[in-house]
Amino acid sequence: MDNEELKLAITALLPTANFEEGGEWLNILIEPTDWLPFAQQLRNEYALHFDYMFCLTCIDWKTHLTMVYHLSSTKYRHNIVVKAKLDKAKPDIETVCHIWRTAEFHEREVYEMFGVNFLHHPDLRLLILPDGWEGRNPLLKDFDDPVNMIKL
Amino acid sequence: MWSFSNIADIIHEWLNKTFNATLATLFEMVIAGVCVIGLFAVLGLILVIMERKVAAWIQIRLGPNRVGPKGMMQSMADTLKLLVKEAMTPDGADKFLFNLAPYIAMMVAMLLMAPIAFASNFMMWNLNIGVLYVSAISSVSVISILMAGWASNNKYSLLGAMRSGAQIVSYELSAGLAILSIVVLSGTLNLNEIVLSQADGWWIFKGHIPVIISFIIFIIAVTAETNRAPFDLAEAESELTAGFHTEYSGMKFALFFLAEYVNVFIVCAIGATLFLGGWMPFHIGHWEGFNHIMDFIPSSLWFFGKTFFLIFLIMWFRWTFPRLRIDQLLNLEWKYLLPIGMFNLLLVTAIAILGWYF
Amino acid sequence: MVEELGTNTEGDLIINVGPQHPATHGVLHLVITLNGETIKKVEPHLGYIHRSIEKMCESLTYRQYIYVTSRMDYLSSHINNHACALIVEKGMQIEVPPRAQVIRVLMDELTRIASHELWWGSMAMDLGAFTPFFHAFREREAINEIMEETCGARLTMNYMVPGGVLDDLHPDFQRKVKEFISLYKRKISEYDEIVTGNIIFQNRMKGVGVISAADAISFGCSGPALRGSGVSCDIRKIYPYEIYDKIEFDEVLETAGDSFARYMVRIREMNQSIRIIEQLIDNIPEGDFQAKTKAVLKLPKGEFYQRVETARGEFGIFIVSEGGTNPYRIKFRSPGFSNLSALDHMARGSKIGDLVAMMGTLDLVIPDIDR
Repeated sequence: MDNEELKLAITALLPTANFEEGGEWLNILIEPTDWLPFAQQLRNEYALHFDYMFCLTCIDWKTHLTMVYHLSSTKYRHNIVVKAKLDKAKPDIETVCHIWRTAEFHEREVYEMFGVNFLHHPDLRLLILPDGWEGRNPLLKDFDDPVNMIKL
Repeated sequence: MWSFSNIADIIHEWLNKTFNATLATLFEMVIAGVCVIGLFAVLGLILVIMERKVAAWIQIRLGPNRVGPKGMMQSMADTLKLLVKEAMTPDGADKFLFNLAPYIAMMVAMLLMAPIAFASNFMMWNLNIGVLYVSAISSVSVISILMAGWASNNKYSLLGAMRSGAQIVSYELSAGLAILSIVVLSGTLNLNEIVLSQADGWWIFKGHIPVIISFIIFIIAVTAETNRAPFDLAEAESELTAGFHTEYSGMKFALFFLAEYVNVFIVCAIGATLFLGGWMPFHIGHWEGFNHIMDFIPSSLWFFGKTFFLIFLIMWFRWTFPRLRIDQLLNLEWKYLLPIGMFNLLLVTAIAILGWYF
Repeated sequence: MVEELGTNTEGDLIINVGPQHPATHGVLHLVITLNGETIKKVEPHLGYIHRSIEKMCESLTYRQYIYVTSRMDYLSSHINNHACALIVEKGMQIEVPPRAQVIRVLMDELTRIASHELWWGSMAMDLGAFTPFFHAFREREAINEIMEETCGARLTMNYMVPGGVLDDLHPDFQRKVKEFISLYKRKISEYDEIVTGNIIFQNRMKGVGVISAADAISFGCSGPALRGSGVSCDIRKIYPYEIYDKIEFDEVLETAGDSFARYMVRIREMNQSIRIIEQLIDNIPEGDFQAKTKAVLKLPKGEFYQRVETARGEFGIFIVSEGGTNPYRIKFRSPGFSNLSALDHMARGSKIGDLVAMMGTLDLVIPDIDR
């Protein structure tokens, strides 16, 4: 399916979804609370079949966080980007690691780097940061480490 | 003509002329002991440098080439380094057993040298049950490995020791059956008499295909028994870092290391004695002329030549094959080698009874 | 699956493989729960070589950030650099001269062979065969010399720049590459003799670390780890970049999904890379090696994603640009990170000796995982 067809199919699935123009792939903006059922539909809908999550990350927009999921289908070869805006004070979103199991590690990384709390994640622990790392999340824009960070 | 037996006789006569019989025997024991320790050290050095050179040759590189002529003193330098290194004992280890283990490994290797016939009429102990003695003593080496693995209080060591225990105990059976086939053919347990029984041809040529099968089983089994690759599971580097000797350092590690090499020498010497005629020159039946020419090559040269050929074979295995997995290792023994070995022993017995060997 | 994660009862043997361990080829830390010799659970602990390259890149310009990406997957640094250059070219609509395109693809494929050579040697070493390591380095050395002449470096080449390549090819390049191809063709049969055909090796690899196609997709595996399960995922074929759509080569697929399948994928991939190089080496067009670009590169506001096929799988760069000279947020999707997440699933129920076979065929490069 090309982007226009995908747009129609996804509007049928989730009428509240917004679309962001520009970019190579279809960008879908959703509410974090819609994410889990929507993800299941994306994965299981026969015509969509988004079975391959090739990227999961987060962006710190200073005022809020945005979760970015890059999905692709190994069957139809179409790609979409799903984005969910999170409140910075309470960044909660449902985990999708039982749908795409690669999400388990990626979500752990986002959890420690951005402080996003993935609800119902089976094993939400630090992955890359050393044990006992306190508080601050390194990839947030306001993180500063005067000792180890070298600025040009 | 100078030979080892002549030298031994001369020393023996001189000692008996100079001292009384008791003192002479005592001196002879001391000399034998010193010889064993010397041989132990020399063999270790030679085999280490040989292994490194063989490995380098197989791996298209030069190997040690800086210390001494063509790098021949490299293992000497390594030994010196190991001697001056601190031999650490981990805090959590069982100190007594931890320190005892390398000495047991070394003692086993030394004891095994006693009944081996190095040249014609030259052996430390002309034991009438030499074969039995060798297989009995070599089993003790597993105790040192288990001891080292357990006393280190390290999980890698323990896993390595357990693997080694399972491995040595299983492969001893195959090695024993392979040895038995020669015992059946020659009708003696004395290593020297086994050599003498091959005066008209080595058993590997005289005994038809069953003996060749025995020989192959023997080589596989002893490679496993000495924990050499492809059966080096006890110290599988990529899995268990160094297996049972992970915690050892300095000279204590070196003792394990030397014991391993001396064990390789001993099993190869036994293999050469049983299948390739030991010190017996290459004889063909009753071709007196040919046999006589062969006799001009000293018997010690024959013995060491054959032994080092087998050692080379085992080194060749090590640098060519990947390692087996523990279940594959045990399958190989219990499902293939042992049944084949047992059936083969029956065949050899039939051949021996019917006198079908040459 | 979720319930199983907690099975760590008293009495299990827990060993730490790494951070310093001969099998991990870097500072990877695996906590393994064992029952005897059987693996119950593998738990990776990462971050021993984490340098936060993503954060670093936020303060680097689009010319500078290429250099840090060489330090991630150091065995396919050309291909990483390639992705960096491509994404800037995509964002700024820079036309790359044909000569530069061909040079880039040549370098990518040479890197792929060099990486697979190193993998082949180190994997055989993990399985206890030391000799193949040296044989692999003999061929890899030839590639490294070619790289050294043209790029000035042997490992972190930093040869790709936005708009082309840094400098023209060395005059000896074509001759040396042809020499390498003839050397490779003579030696590849040795590989089969010494490792592939070995009965012990085959027993160690076949049926070990099996992962089904559906699981491999779910775990986000890519590259040989996914193609070994029979899923077509070669980015060069399905989302072609540079001139890969004009080159003839086959995507290598195996269906068994075990370690041996992944092994065969890599071995056959080397042959395909040779095929690509053979097509291009005599057809390097004349012309510029670099497009004229502005001194200061500014990506327009927006989001960009570029994926390439490295030796380990799908490498992706996600850039969020605010229109400035440096990225607002950059994310590297490294193939090793996703492939490693499948290790636990593969390893459960296998023997500890199998773990090295699995890790070997996943071809983990630790800086690539930790970034």
